[in-house]
Amino acid sequence: MSTLTEAPPPLSPTAPEKKPPRKRGRWTPYWLLLPGILWLVVFFAAPMIYQASTSVQTGSLEEGYKVTWHVATYWDALSEYWPQFLRSVAYAASATVLCLLLGYPLAYLIAFRAGRWRNLIMILVIAPFFTSFLIRTLAWKTILADGGPVVGALNTLHVLDVTSWLGWTAGDRVLATPLAVVCGLTYNFLPFMILPLYTSLERIDGRLHEAAGDLYARPSTVFRKVTFPLSMPGVVSGTLLTFIPATGDYVNASLLGSADTGMIGNVIQSQFLRVLDYPTAAALSFILMAAILAMVTIYIRKSGTEDLV
Amino acid sequence: MAFVNWCKRNLVVIAGLLTLAYLLLPNVIVTVFSFNKPNGRFNYEWQQFSTDAWKDPCGVAGLCGSLSLSLQIAFWATLGATALGTAIAFALVRYRFRARGAINSLIFLPMAMPEVVMAASLLTLFLNMGAQLGFWTILIAHIMFCLSFVVTAVKARVMSMDPRLEQAAQDLYAGPFQTFVRVTLPIAAPGIAAGGLLAFALSFDDFIITNFNAGSTVTFPMFVWGSAQRGTPVQINVVGTAMFVIAVLFVLASMVIGNRRNRRKA
Amino acid sequence: MTTKTDATEHSGDVRLSGISKTYGSFTAVHPLDLTVPQGSFFALLGASGCGKTTTLRMIAGLEEPSGGTVHLGDQDVTALPPYKRPVNTVFQSYALFPHLDIFENVAFGLRRRGIKSVKKQVGEMLDLVQLGEQARKKPHQLSGGQQQRVAVARALINHPKVLLLDEPLGALDLKLRRQMQLELKRIQTEVGITFVHVTHDQEEAMTMADQVAVMNAGRVEQLGAPADLYENPQTTFVANFLGTSNLIEAEVDTRSGDDVVVKAAGDKLVLPGARCSAPARAGGKVLVGVRPEKISLTHADDAGSIPEGRNRITGRISSTSFIGVSTQYVVDCAACPEFEVYAQNIDRDARLAPGADVVLHWNPAHTFGLGADQDIDAGVAEGEAA
Repeated sequence: MSTLTEAPPPLSPTAPEKKPPRKRGRWTPYWLLLPGILWLVVFFAAPMIYQASTSVQTGSLEEGYKVTWHVATYWDALSEYWPQFLRSVAYAASATVLCLLLGYPLAYLIAFRAGRWRNLIMILVIAPFFTSFLIRTLAWKTILADGGPVVGALNTLHVLDVTSWLGWTAGDRVLATPLAVVCGLTYNFLPFMILPLYTSLERIDGRLHEAAGDLYARPSTVFRKVTFPLSMPGVVSGTLLTFIPATGDYVNASLLGSADTGMIGNVIQSQFLRVLDYPTAAALSFILMAAILAMVTIYIRKSGTEDLV
Repeated sequence: MAFVNWCKRNLVVIAGLLTLAYLLLPNVIVTVFSFNKPNGRFNYEWQQFSTDAWKDPCGVAGLCGSLSLSLQIAFWATLGATALGTAIAFALVRYRFRARGAINSLIFLPMAMPEVVMAASLLTLFLNMGAQLGFWTILIAHIMFCLSFVVTAVKARVMSMDPRLEQAAQDLYAGPFQTFVRVTLPIAAPGIAAGGLLAFALSFDDFIITNFNAGSTVTFPMFVWGSAQRGTPVQINVVGTAMFVIAVLFVLASMVIGNRRNRRKA
Repeated sequence: MTTKTDATEHSGDVRLSGISKTYGSFTAVHPLDLTVPQGSFFALLGASGCGKTTTLRMIAGLEEPSGGTVHLGDQDVTALPPYKRPVNTVFQSYALFPHLDIFENVAFGLRRRGIKSVKKQVGEMLDLVQLGEQARKKPHQLSGGQQQRVAVARALINHPKVLLLDEPLGALDLKLRRQMQLELKRIQTEVGITFVHVTHDQEEAMTMADQVAVMNAGRVEQLGAPADLYENPQTTFVANFLGTSNLIEAEVDTRSGDDVVVKAAGDKLVLPGARCSAPARAGGKVLVGVRPEKISLTHADDAGSIPEGRNRITGRISSTSFIGVSTQYVVDCAACPEFEVYAQNIDRDARLAPGADVVLHWNPAHTFGLGADQDIDAGVAEGEAA
């Protein structure tokens, strides 16, 4: 801001040595931003670009890689691994829907019905985080074990017959089936659904429910017309926080699934760490990133909530 | 009939509590099986009660080493991410500057990116740089993905802070440094603490990014992953249970202290 | 930093010379000269966005002026940051530090200036504002009125040369606001410090201040004692913003001695030449104004009983509203379609109901004249909002 351009000359004779006041702290924001942003540029943005370039390189580990604009890598990767891509999206979407269905009542309970138990339930939702998620995922092996009480009960109720028919389970097993993987994904990402839901539900003024009731809305209508629309920001960020990591996950598919339930994360991981085919791995990872960014952008546009951060 | 009506009215509560049970069931299993004495190498089936593992938590080769490594990495990652993230959050809320939109996207993207993608791309960079994979590459990666979460947590707090408080401090003879130390920092502290705790939890529990960038170094989650292939020692459950109990006690204690302080002040 | 005791008589004057503030192409404060004499209670009055708070913040040092200088007494403080100015502020919505208790809030300024033993001073200060019992509470545990008093105590304890108050009573309800107005006035008289008070409430400005500067669109419209501003507005903005004025477009007919005679829609009105702020040339246009409470209302049937020598206008009552101490009438006249009249409820004429023909009449001495080149409705909306 240029000082003294429009203002008239000072009326009182001021000391001659006085300089115009210096703008305080003009550079402060840049100094504050510099280290963190640099970190993100070097260790997040640059690797992304590096990876993009790796995906169009050819060569071998021994002879080194060269950028040859070998776009066919993408085509090969897609034609070989499209089932894994499809599975990732399908599993992640199922897990997201399940998280929403399971998480909403709990978030609602904490926000409106818990009373003095609110803090305790909050702690119980967050506390499992502190046990390594791998240990907790392994516990599902025990819970869903063949011939265990859960599988036994599902068998007695003939639920497994239905799910087998749908292709979700195989015979009287739950472990090593899609159902087990989705169950694990749902479990692992449920808190990421509950917390944003709770945050946006908690902001809703309780009097709005009363006002809606006063205006002839039945409880179910109050929920449909008032509570749910107002919790939309939580629904949107909750579904994103669940869907995105679930799509890229390979831990649940490895621990609870089988070779037939491999997700794209499994492929990327093995290409990178075992097969050492870097171009293919990079191409897969790039496709996954692009697909997720595209889906997220469309979703955010559609749901009309752009202020998530 | 009365029972059906009661269920109808409390449908949400029942459903919510069932979800809570679903969330907690694995922790119960982990705790129970920390007292198991398995027959084979895997601790998936109940055999008989035993406190052997609790008596000798470090009895498995590599477990306690990996645990201490994870704690060290989490500590430094928290420190780094909190310092860098807090500075960014303040700059974002308090100052006008160029390229704001680009910087916001750069902070948002790591949270909207599947971990495998970040892990794989970072590994490509490290491999191309010829970097030695290990403690430092893990730390770099952890600071990177924790950073955005700290920014978000601190930003929320700083945003809700009345800028007039700092002006009031300046008006009351506090220079820029004094204002920051006496007013800004104490008021932003809960946000910074929340961001730091989140960073610690994320770093300590991270597996995917670590697995890609660790080389032959083994953190605790990687130890668990490895044991899932070779055989799960009961000691894993002991550590998991202990962490859960410590966390709950820690939170309860801070709540009790907070309550008591409020009551005394009131 | 401590207040010097060798203060001369004018050490508490606030002198603004050509001070201005622009944000990009928007000018918040046009170059402005203003002197607030030592020990006075000075009010900056205006609607929101008029530049009054910006002016105050430039005195405090929280806003850098785009041009001009700020002097406190003989000292040029323009380049000084807020923490080096012997000026303290009572902020809008108080800005009490939420993490410190009341005692520490009040002690904040003393401690920053390196004063170690603050206990006695803080105690006395809290007693002055009747909050001695609350010293160890946190701000959020106090009521609005108590928080307001803490904010005043926190500023006053530093013995500033000037105390700046930014809408200090805005967050309080009406009754409490009245009470605090008196309280602040009492404190000001007691400590004798210069107070500069920013408000959008004209009643508040008039009850508390010795001097009021009415601001509009970044400029001072008029400066003076409250009664003077009210009786002799110089612009339509002041006439409409401070209370209510009936303004009539008129043409100057003749000048007779000290009086000016004007014609408005066929009626002849007289006003003292001294109270006409516009040049009154015969044939020129002026705006003639009169305050609603100065007017008497007589039913048309009794028009003969009105004494000679009063200004009179005929019209028809379009609405009445009874508000206890007075009744407000809106009269439709040829010269002015919505003429407002406030009549004391002493003996009410039952015939004065909507539809009745009436004669409005008032002492010519209560009439004032303004330049006709202004917007006749300037300040009406702002005055209502405030």
